[in-house]
Amino acid sequence: MDLRELYQEVILDHGKNPRNHRFPEPYNREGRGYNPLCGDKITLRLQLDGDTITDIGFLGQGCAISQASCSTMTQALKGKTLAEAEELFGKFHTMVTSDDGTDDDLDALGKLAVFAGVREFPMRVKCATLGWHTLNQALHNERGEARTE
Amino acid sequence: MTGPSPALAATAPRFDVKRARQDFPALHQEVHGKPLVYLDSAATSLKPQAVIDAVDEVYARDCANIHRAVHLLSQRATARFEAAREKVQLFLNAAKKSEVIFTRGTTEAINLVAQSFGRALLREGDEVLVSELEHHSNIVPWQILCQQTGAKLVVVPITERGEILPEAFEEKLSDRTKIVALAHVSNALGTVLPVRELISLAHNRGAVVLLDGAQAVSHVEVDVQALDCDFYAFSGHKLYGPTGIGALYGKERLLEGMPPYQGGGDMIRSVTFEETIYNDLPYKFEAGTPNIAGAIGLGAAIDYLGGFDQAAVHAHEDALLRYATEALEAVPGVRLIGTAPHKVAALSFLMDAAHPHDIGTIVDSEGVAIRTGHHCAQPIMEHFGIAATARASLGMYNTTDDVDAFIGALERVQELFG
Repeated sequence: MDLRELYQEVILDHGKNPRNHRFPEPYNREGRGYNPLCGDKITLRLQLDGDTITDIGFLGQGCAISQASCSTMTQALKGKTLAEAEELFGKFHTMVTSDDGTDDDLDALGKLAVFAGVREFPMRVKCATLGWHTLNQALHNERGEARTE
Repeated sequence: MTGPSPALAATAPRFDVKRARQDFPALHQEVHGKPLVYLDSAATSLKPQAVIDAVDEVYARDCANIHRAVHLLSQRATARFEAAREKVQLFLNAAKKSEVIFTRGTTEAINLVAQSFGRALLREGDEVLVSELEHHSNIVPWQILCQQTGAKLVVVPITERGEILPEAFEEKLSDRTKIVALAHVSNALGTVLPVRELISLAHNRGAVVLLDGAQAVSHVEVDVQALDCDFYAFSGHKLYGPTGIGALYGKERLLEGMPPYQGGGDMIRSVTFEETIYNDLPYKFEAGTPNIAGAIGLGAAIDYLGGFDQAAVHAHEDALLRYATEALEAVPGVRLIGTAPHKVAALSFLMDAAHPHDIGTIVDSEGVAIRTGHHCAQPIMEHFGIAATARASLGMYNTTDDVDAFIGALERVQELFG
């Protein structure tokens, strides 16, 4: 098991200095995420104009994996349409949970591909997907919290 | 936590940890290519071969239901099951064997008391007193009971060091306090509560006291008669025994007056559709076929521990805790959570450099097993304004080498995150 596979430089960097670590103004969607296993909590807000995400940010606390995942996710989503965002979530989820993804999928994920190593650490998959579950909740305007459990 | 004086140490029976380690097969394996360093005994302790063999033998030889058939296998299984009850009785120094009820563990034992004793007793406006450092298992059953009865849950606050002070406890006691439920030892912080004094204070106000002994039984001597607690709950799997078995001790006078907790086999004397006559103690509270192999395995664990001088084992653990505390405090950026003067076996901590979850993953890659998270004690986390801690906890088989490996693994955290 190589820890560097999990804790890649990009992840360490984004974990320490998360990007878009602020709430956008104005915003019209909000999601809240909670991982009861480790207590990680995040709030994600975004501005949806038509079906395009024009701004997005988050605040919260958590481990390096969850913070870096939220950070890189917000970077990847700015300017994306809803359909593109959902497609990215699908590819990301496949990448961190199974070997089923293709090289094309990895290319499509761009920087998000640094989370491929999470697959080898089943206990940490929930850390990597917390932000994405919260996004899903924000986009579908569901009440309550997105939970990893 | 004061150690023996040098003069005493010379004559006190010694505990040979190296020899004891040979008895625990799970210790002798590699994880991620490194020798296992197991520092999660507060979650569950590893099992000695004697326990594994005892459980194995039940299924391989004495596999029968108990208290029923006349055949030999059933007689053997029944005898071993009841012998295990007697071992638990002696271990807790209960006055009678019938005061020991086998349960699935601490959690079920507490729920039994809440739903049988508590539900029959409590009226609207009564109070149940717990402390801020309780495990969820010693909070939620009482919350449920309070919802059912209209009683109120009252909480004794902890100090910044993670202690429960008798003065703070006394302040929360009232004439309405009917039940007091306290940890004997805190699972998240390792604090040993001054239970003897707290029990006496509670009794002075007419309250009944349950102790959650899950974290205590393997680290401090338990004598339910000397403590004068009314109920004592513990789990076998934290006492080097199997999972899925534990026990509730209750004073006979209280148990006799309590209605059954669950209905089923073994807890009845006779059944008609008009009326059921309940069985005597302890069977009244043991509905259904119990965890026979688990109880026998727990008995084997108690026998195993009986082969050592317990004071020497505890002294070994105390010395190791002091060694680990000093080593951990010397690591830059580490903050200990829970610094009560009377502590056993657990070190909860934070590191500036990394979140507990990341610490857990990194030390695991070095072969070191610790726990991370809220330890099922979220009110404690809230008290300290944190979401989680990393926790290293000790068992009888741990050594200074284990602590050194753990501290070394923390250096790896600094390397990656520093």
